[in-house]
Amino acid sequence: MNGKRLEMSADKKANGNGKTNGNAAEPVWELRLYTAGQTPKSLAALANLKRLCEENLKGKYKIEVIDLMANPRLAKEHQIVAIPTLVKKLPSPLRQIIGDLSDREKALVGLQLTPADR
Amino acid sequence: MLSGNFRPATTPMPKLEAVPRTKSASFRALPKTATGIDGLDQITGGGLPKGRPTLVCGGAGCGKTLFAMEFLVRGATQFNEPGAFITFEETGEELAANVRSLGFDLDAMIAGNRIAVDHVRVEPSEIAETGDFDLEGLFLRLGLAIDSVGAKRVVLDTIESLFAGFTNQALLRAELRRLFRFLKDKGVTAVITGERGDGQLTRQGLEEYVSDCVILLDHRVNDQISTRRLRIVKYRGTSHGTNEYPFIIDEKGMSVLPITSLGLTHDVSSERISSGIPRLDTMLGGNGFFRGSSILVSGTAGTGKTSLAAHFAAETCRRGERCLYLAFEESPSQLFRNMRSIGLELEPYAKKGLLRMHASRPTLYGLEMHLVQIHKMVSELDPAVVIIDPISNFVSGGTSRDTQSMLLRLIDFLKARQVTAFFTHLTSGATSGGTSWEGTDVGVSSLIDTWLLVRDIELAGERNRGLYVLKSRGMPHSNQIREFVITPRGIDLQDVYIGAEGVLTGSMRAAQEAREKAQALARRQEEARRLREVDAKRAALEAQVAALQAEMKALSEEGKLLAEQDQAREDVLSEQRDATARRRGADPESAGVRNDGNERKKARNER
Repeated sequence: MNGKRLEMSADKKANGNGKTNGNAAEPVWELRLYTAGQTPKSLAALANLKRLCEENLKGKYKIEVIDLMANPRLAKEHQIVAIPTLVKKLPSPLRQIIGDLSDREKALVGLQLTPADR
Repeated sequence: MLSGNFRPATTPMPKLEAVPRTKSASFRALPKTATGIDGLDQITGGGLPKGRPTLVCGGAGCGKTLFAMEFLVRGATQFNEPGAFITFEETGEELAANVRSLGFDLDAMIAGNRIAVDHVRVEPSEIAETGDFDLEGLFLRLGLAIDSVGAKRVVLDTIESLFAGFTNQALLRAELRRLFRFLKDKGVTAVITGERGDGQLTRQGLEEYVSDCVILLDHRVNDQISTRRLRIVKYRGTSHGTNEYPFIIDEKGMSVLPITSLGLTHDVSSERISSGIPRLDTMLGGNGFFRGSSILVSGTAGTGKTSLAAHFAAETCRRGERCLYLAFEESPSQLFRNMRSIGLELEPYAKKGLLRMHASRPTLYGLEMHLVQIHKMVSELDPAVVIIDPISNFVSGGTSRDTQSMLLRLIDFLKARQVTAFFTHLTSGATSGGTSWEGTDVGVSSLIDTWLLVRDIELAGERNRGLYVLKSRGMPHSNQIREFVITPRGIDLQDVYIGAEGVLTGSMRAAQEAREKAQALARRQEEARRLREVDAKRAALEAQVAALQAEMKALSEEGKLLAEQDQAREDVLSEQRDATARRRGADPESAGVRNDGNERKKARNER
């Protein structure tokens, strides 16, 4: 239920993203957050991610949240071990960032979003 | 396929139980999960602790993954316990390919929902840590794998790879602790593998988390010969074999050898089996060897030990019993060819499956490996007779003390199975010197029930073979040396010539026999001649007797004639006297004269 709602919100963002993307040639950041239920860590990770994106990638990102508790098969298919895991699908290279993203600097480095890019 | 091969092995094996106490006390105390790995269940007294994790550690290439995989596969195939394999190092395809060579069809078992494989890939270069996390993903995957097949057995190979992927060690350790808790709660019997580290069993100190059972695998090289060994470092709640047990990995998986001797409690048979050489059977109280006894043939090079062994093998197969022939000097085809030259056709038996040849160099692997190999083959083939030709070569695969203990265990093992063991031993002339014919440099003589000695007898520029029974427990046996002749029709034992000229063999014996034959002929001729002489003499005497008789007859006739003439004359005279008296008219006195004359007549008649 919750997962769906989150995905919906992610979709909404993606749509909004698409609009802005129409006139700008900048790449779209496809991010996927794997969680396992509504644990404090997962919620913190999502909140931190949203804040990071808003601050650094406003209007050119989309977030997909996958609740592995609801679909554990995906953990195997997507090679997820740690929770929460953030996967940066695009732009390449593929990167995995684990943890609740509370370490802001590390998260930015992991996403290859150095503050200079802003 | 697997179960067919392994089941017969497990039934008689518990005799070799390393720790007999286990059976009575701990079986009930601690439930165990049989691994199905040959021999391991004997050492552990039933298997790994049920529902608990077991750590299997060891250096690179010592067989950890294989151990774990066999545990799962045997569980799925033999004990109806599906398993989940969580691999951190190899992909499922690699794993399937690796174990295919051992006869495990992993793909089919995955397709049949007997085994679930999940490759957990942790790539440090792709991972950045940004704060708090847990391994819930791994837990979910583990739970999924277990639930998808209803796994009772779980393998984590090698969970230490996680330590390379994550930098937050404290968190990781906490998660590992949770993981083992999780496994216990799931009630699965788990095998965790770990790479051996410096000064501790595993690099990351996994033994800290897995405290119920720790098994150490080792791969050691001694004198360029490697031996795999297994040791149970710890097994909480049960007694277990503490020795290092050698094990092998071959095309059928792993087998561990419980090295502890079974002691001297085996039953014996009083059934006798032929040696294949009738004359030798006669030497052994007329019936050959005891079934289940150990037989040693020792001798110097070229004395016919292998030929004796081949005879015994052929005889065993002729009876329709199976024979395992371990040749450490010749290849099977060479042996077949060589034995054909003495009239023994072994190849048909080999084709029929009664004779199994196994030729290898003793230096191929260590003694323990040989022992395990023999164990395995004996368990599979279940032969009536095992021939090892020769045991002396084992010395080159280890020290003589090792060899002795290995042979001791082998003999005990074979005796416990009522397998007749036939060993040949090459006595080297140099070490044996002149006096110690009756010793083996592997020191097994005291374990042997029937000991035949073949030796060469050098005499008159010839080298001949002699055989005698050095000892044979439990049967009256010949004390004679027999000459051992290898003919195109097999082995023949002949009496040696023992006489005034000493012990003669070979052509000297033949010459002596010829000489004796000539002497006998001469003697016969002499006798005949003397017989003829006697005949002639007797004939002559008979002729003489006849002549004498004739003479006597003539004499007696003459005597009769004379007597008649005399009578006639007497009669005439007496008539004349009577007539004269009548004429004279004599007195009665003259009657007396007449009477007197009558008496004389009477007497004459009587005569």
